[in-house]
Amino acid sequence: MNGVHDVGGMHGMGPIRAEKDEPVFHAPWERRAYAVTRAMGAWRKWSLDASRYQRELILPADYFTMSYYERWIVGLVELMVKTGLVTRAEIESGTPDQGSPKQVPVLTADKVPILTAKGASAKRDVVAVASFHAGQRVRSRNINPVGHTRLPRYARGKVGTIHRDHGIFVFPDSNAMFLGEKPQHVYSVRFAARELWGEQAPAQDSVYLDMWDSYLEPA
Amino acid sequence: MTTNRRDFLTGAITAAGAAVTPNLSHGQQHEHDHEHQVVPSDPTLRVKALESLLVEKGLVDRAALDALIDTYEHKIGPRNGARVVARAWADPAYKERLLTNADTAIGELGYGGLQGEHMVVVENTSKVHNLVVCTLCSCYPWPVLGLPPVWYKSAPYRSRAVIDPRGVLREFGLALADDVELRVWDSTAELRYLVLPERPAGSENLSEEHLAALITRDSMIGVAKVEARPEGDRR
Repeated sequence: MNGVHDVGGMHGMGPIRAEKDEPVFHAPWERRAYAVTRAMGAWRKWSLDASRYQRELILPADYFTMSYYERWIVGLVELMVKTGLVTRAEIESGTPDQGSPKQVPVLTADKVPILTAKGASAKRDVVAVASFHAGQRVRSRNINPVGHTRLPRYARGKVGTIHRDHGIFVFPDSNAMFLGEKPQHVYSVRFAARELWGEQAPAQDSVYLDMWDSYLEPA
Repeated sequence: MTTNRRDFLTGAITAAGAAVTPNLSHGQQHEHDHEHQVVPSDPTLRVKALESLLVEKGLVDRAALDALIDTYEHKIGPRNGARVVARAWADPAYKERLLTNADTAIGELGYGGLQGEHMVVVENTSKVHNLVVCTLCSCYPWPVLGLPPVWYKSAPYRSRAVIDPRGVLREFGLALADDVELRVWDSTAELRYLVLPERPAGSENLSEEHLAALITRDSMIGVAKVEARPEGDRR
């Protein structure tokens, strides 16, 4: 979606505020927001792609007034309700609905180190056609999907060169919408800064983006 | 399907109960006049209520939450990445492996996993400087750098790192020479990027351990260089 999250190339966002000796979390609630979101993800009712898309749906005027973990919590609540893990009434009352079954948590403390070390790879060991090869000139498609996409606006309809093929990965545009993984090749694509931003950009500078096969066409 | 801040905070009031907001019913009757006065702005209540609900429903285990927090506050952070970089500086064969097969090389030091399943390491030299960003969200190599700092997740950095990376670097106090090639890596897929900074002059005789102590988080994102003698704030 052409959403407010897609900020690459925008002006007017203000200075970068780097904090000295920054803590990992800035308040106790941020710790809990992070952990609750991670623990609920372990139920595997939604993908990381779906989580990102849910946060992208936050209304633009609210997106920038919310802090990072506020967006996580808003997204989490929506996904839990959508997938039936909790009801809207339970969120509003703060107590389980009458007669709702007591579950057994899937993520226990002993599993945390295993989950952390193992990760959750989006790479898939399946066969998929590689439409492009390293060194090939390509053009990113000018697409404007209303759902989730990982093709930023600033890099649409631009000519670049395939730098390398990373292999076959889950396609977020379908996966985020609960429409299946549809794995595709992902390529690192080099775009000259001048192709993206025009003549004022230094000639030797570039931006590399990772792009799925269907984001590209031969140039 | 869309949500907004009022939903978020309305939930906070309701879940926290009327004791926190004694004017709740009054506020609802005169929502447009009073919502800003009666709505607590502190997400603490909302998150607390949410956690209690999920524990009561048996959906989350509090000990698991504590373990997740402890992992990223105390166990996984930029010191991991610093050890990877120091090893690469000290051992040319390791550096070669790191640049060609980052997952295996990082795994040799015992790091890897969540949000770093597929790593790419890019090398800074006197002629090439690399900078990492995630313009769409906050993708960052957790196993080697931990959770990202707020500025990395913020709109000012995400918006300008691709269109004006040299300006961004100047803001961090790093003036890049005109003849240096700047490569920006926008983490748009499930690859995670780590910058291998240039080894500073004057560090030739340092041990791997001493080298690791020089290496900052910011140098592994690409917004700083490594100094032989760290001064003041080391991020």
